[in-house]
Amino acid sequence: MDTTQIADAPPPTQPTTAEQKRAARGATRPGDRIFLGLSRGSGILLLVIMAAIAGFLTYRAVLAISKDDGNFLTTFEWNTGVTPPVFGIAVLAYGTIVSSIIAMVIAVPVSVAIALFLTHYAPRRLRGPIAYVIDLLAAVPSIVYGLWGALVLVPHMNGLFGWLNDYLGWTGVFSWQGGAARSMLTVGILLAIMILPIVTNVSREVFRQVPQMHEEAALALGATRWEVIRMAVIPFGRSGVISASMLGLGRALGETMAVATVLSPDFLIHTSLLDPGGGTFAQNIASKFSEASEFGRDALIASGLVLFVITLLVNGAARAIIARRKEYSGANA
Amino acid sequence: MSTTPSLAAKRPSTLRGGHLPKWAPWAIAAGSVALGLGVSAAAGLHSSVQWALIAAILHVLGTYVIAARVENRRQAKDRVVTSLVWVAFLLAVVPLASLVWSTVQRGTKVLDVYFLTHSMGVVTDAETGGGIYHAILGTLEQVGLATLIAAPVGVLTAIYLVEYGRGNLARAVTFFVDVMTGIPSIVAGLFILSLMLMFDMQPFGFAGSLALAILMMPVVVRSTEEMLKLVPNELREASLALGVPKWRTILKVVLPTSLGGITTGIMLSIARIAGETAPVLLLVFGSKFINANPFEGAQASLPLYIYQQYGSGEVTAYDRAWAASLTLIAFVMILNLVARGIARWKAPKTGR
Amino acid sequence: MKLQRMNRRALALGALAVSGALALTACGSDETGNPGGGSSNAAAPSNIKCDDASGQVLADGSSAQKNAVDAWVKQFSAACQVEINYKAGGSGAGVTAFTQGQVPWAGSDSALKPDEVAASKKICSGGQGIDLPMVGGPIAVGYNVPGVDKLVLDSATIAKIFDSKITKWNDPQIAKLNPDAKLPNLKIQAFHRSDESGTTDNFTKYLIATAKKDFPYEGGKAWQAKGGQSAPQSSGVAAQVKQTAGAIGYFELSYAKDGIKTVAIDTGAAEPVEATVDNATKAIAEAKVVGTGKDLALELNYGTKADGAYPMVLVTYEIVCDKGNKAETLPAVKAFLRYAASEDGQKILAENDYAPMPEEIITKVRTTVESLS
Repeated sequence: MDTTQIADAPPPTQPTTAEQKRAARGATRPGDRIFLGLSRGSGILLLVIMAAIAGFLTYRAVLAISKDDGNFLTTFEWNTGVTPPVFGIAVLAYGTIVSSIIAMVIAVPVSVAIALFLTHYAPRRLRGPIAYVIDLLAAVPSIVYGLWGALVLVPHMNGLFGWLNDYLGWTGVFSWQGGAARSMLTVGILLAIMILPIVTNVSREVFRQVPQMHEEAALALGATRWEVIRMAVIPFGRSGVISASMLGLGRALGETMAVATVLSPDFLIHTSLLDPGGGTFAQNIASKFSEASEFGRDALIASGLVLFVITLLVNGAARAIIARRKEYSGANA
Repeated sequence: MSTTPSLAAKRPSTLRGGHLPKWAPWAIAAGSVALGLGVSAAAGLHSSVQWALIAAILHVLGTYVIAARVENRRQAKDRVVTSLVWVAFLLAVVPLASLVWSTVQRGTKVLDVYFLTHSMGVVTDAETGGGIYHAILGTLEQVGLATLIAAPVGVLTAIYLVEYGRGNLARAVTFFVDVMTGIPSIVAGLFILSLMLMFDMQPFGFAGSLALAILMMPVVVRSTEEMLKLVPNELREASLALGVPKWRTILKVVLPTSLGGITTGIMLSIARIAGETAPVLLLVFGSKFINANPFEGAQASLPLYIYQQYGSGEVTAYDRAWAASLTLIAFVMILNLVARGIARWKAPKTGR
Repeated sequence: MKLQRMNRRALALGALAVSGALALTACGSDETGNPGGGSSNAAAPSNIKCDDASGQVLADGSSAQKNAVDAWVKQFSAACQVEINYKAGGSGAGVTAFTQGQVPWAGSDSALKPDEVAASKKICSGGQGIDLPMVGGPIAVGYNVPGVDKLVLDSATIAKIFDSKITKWNDPQIAKLNPDAKLPNLKIQAFHRSDESGTTDNFTKYLIATAKKDFPYEGGKAWQAKGGQSAPQSSGVAAQVKQTAGAIGYFELSYAKDGIKTVAIDTGAAEPVEATVDNATKAIAEAKVVGTGKDLALELNYGTKADGAYPMVLVTYEIVCDKGNKAETLPAVKAFLRYAASEDGQKILAENDYAPMPEEIITKVRTTVESLS
């Protein structure tokens, strides 16, 4: 992203009626008509695909839910192979939300700190290369994170788990009974590591867009570096950081393979984050899919629909926040 | 400050206050690491997490106390934040470095020319040998075809949204592009699978491409959109004012200005879908043999290969999974590098 | 013409990827030979009748028989020009793929259900899907308890352990069955499958048949009892048992290696029965064929008290159409199944920790395979 352009961009120009007229007139030329047709066609194609997917999802989900013997929202069980089938998303919803919250609690402060590090603290010569490496890490496929999580991270979590159990075990949330660390906390930490590059990247872009003048003004008043950040950088970047976090959250919610390889799933809600067990929507689909019967797949699609709606809400919120700071964009759209 | 320099020279302390020497943060860091190690050794703690945590806490506290005494509260706060930021950075570097390190270290064990140029053939999971040639081939073909579909559609849609988009259709497209970004990848796979079943088709590579294209389109639209919006309006207005038709304005002015960004966006979305496992799992079936035809017969793919080798639980298969991961990461990294190269090379000379 | 250049680039890129990939084809090779060098049965291929089998066969299904199919494929494709591509996606996936016509042959740990048979009639023109019992496997209960090299359990204690009613290794109920063992005061970590699985289905069927009181669940492919930990696939459960002190888990015997010890079962026979292939074959011999026509579905006798019969077994069926198999894959499937049911094929099973089918059953299977059309 080229940010200097944003920073230097002129104030927003509202589309005037004259412009619209010109656009309308332009559309009458043959070249324009073909081009408009092509681009509008692409947009419509996208809508058609979406409609097909949404329709199909809802149709299959309704088929499944109508035969559910339990309550789709509150049942703590997922057994689609018996008649009548019993399944519910309570555990999945809990696990998805808890693991994502853990990921956000860890990843957002650290990402913001790294973004600040890259824009304000790191030795100037290191900034480029480090930012570059973090950019590349954002592209590491999730299956690789999953492989690393299962074979490297899980065995290394025992020390931390024992320590948490010793000092915080009394709370019940951090009690641990030994065994492999294939629990919600590990999943949350892995997700945090996975979304860290993306949240850092977006935050860094936002911080880089802070008008130089604001910072220089603060410095001229004798502010320390922290005061500059607190008074000039953070207020400017707040909404950007929030939308970056939302993007990360969206990714954490839908993550499939990394969770499926690390978690030891079951259909209970555990008070302790260190106990193995629980599950997430995406993980449940991936690990149940292969053995599921036709009906079982419909049930999984129903849970996929719920995930779909949740990610939609999160992405929508991020979008709305980004839209609020449109004034920094140079275009007329 | 408009008084004479002699005044400042006479009483420098009131203007500047005490100041820690340049080497102070490093000294405090070294001291706290040493103390952290010492405390852990004394208390018999084994976990590296523990001593690192103790060292980090000591560092932050030490910095604050020392800076507050020598300098002042504000400076102390500043120094604490500085060290917190450094700690956060180091904290994040550890797992990411470990990821790269373990992939490289374990991946190079079986990664050689033989591994890259042979398929699994009849090698069973527990045996050594075999390779990923068939998987590389499958991934390249599936991702290449997905890009051929998704990139033009995505770019054109973005042009529509930014340059033409008014009214309900544009609003609907914007909204549904958002919705589409949220599709779990496995659902896209299910959708194509149901189409295949409807037409009674066997699994084949191109089916995977279609699902990947669905996942790729919204990403391309979104990134292209952002890039087009960055093009200053003055450029469009100048071109239109000269009587250039709108479509030529877009092709000649808007796109060239944002081409670097668009290409980067497409490359990054390729990198994203190249690592997708779930839809490929449902649609291309996976294979141990080479199949160069994406339109017929089961194909393998790299992420699927990693998942299957991990799933088999054999030590020899783990080695192959790491080597395949290394290959996949290398592929993605090369794409990234090329994308950036193109972005820099094609960047318009103006506006920067 | 920047857009065209853009599209050209995209095209060029895609073309580059595809053509590059095609160019690579020239130097890639399926000839992986046998670099592991571990297989001792290199002589077998000469006995394999290929007929006019050729091409590629896709198959999907039970992961329980994956190692067996891998071994067969290795021998078979050395003799015939056929690529057998068996994806161990699970029994459910296999049956679904079969009834949807995606694969000509599937492996499943449970016989076809009536509605699945009905569905199969759509793709077997004039026939239906049938079950051919081909691979037997003892389900081993593997454990990892430091200092305990021999462990005897009966079905009631196994049920209680997996239902979290017995939680310590030094529980008196375990001690009673193992008077000589030094059982530690260690928490039991019972591992079950996180995915739905035929292994779980057969394991719980055994517990329900023999210890209904202590295992009050319906059974099925999904794990139902409370508590315990889980891992995906048999390999995952075995890997967890190996890593975790105090762990116990169930999986096919072929996964019980690298130092995982297995439980001997007190069935009421004179001696506790070890999980071995011979003992499993003895138990399968007690099964009745309940399938009708060409279908050879078995009903296992879980309650058997015969000496040396290990009752916790799993039979994997190969599912094909009796009539109306697709013409292009029929020769290959038939030749492969003929080989699998042959003496050589069954012998390889034992070498890979699977139980060969008893003589009486496999003879019927051979006749049925020959009659496939």
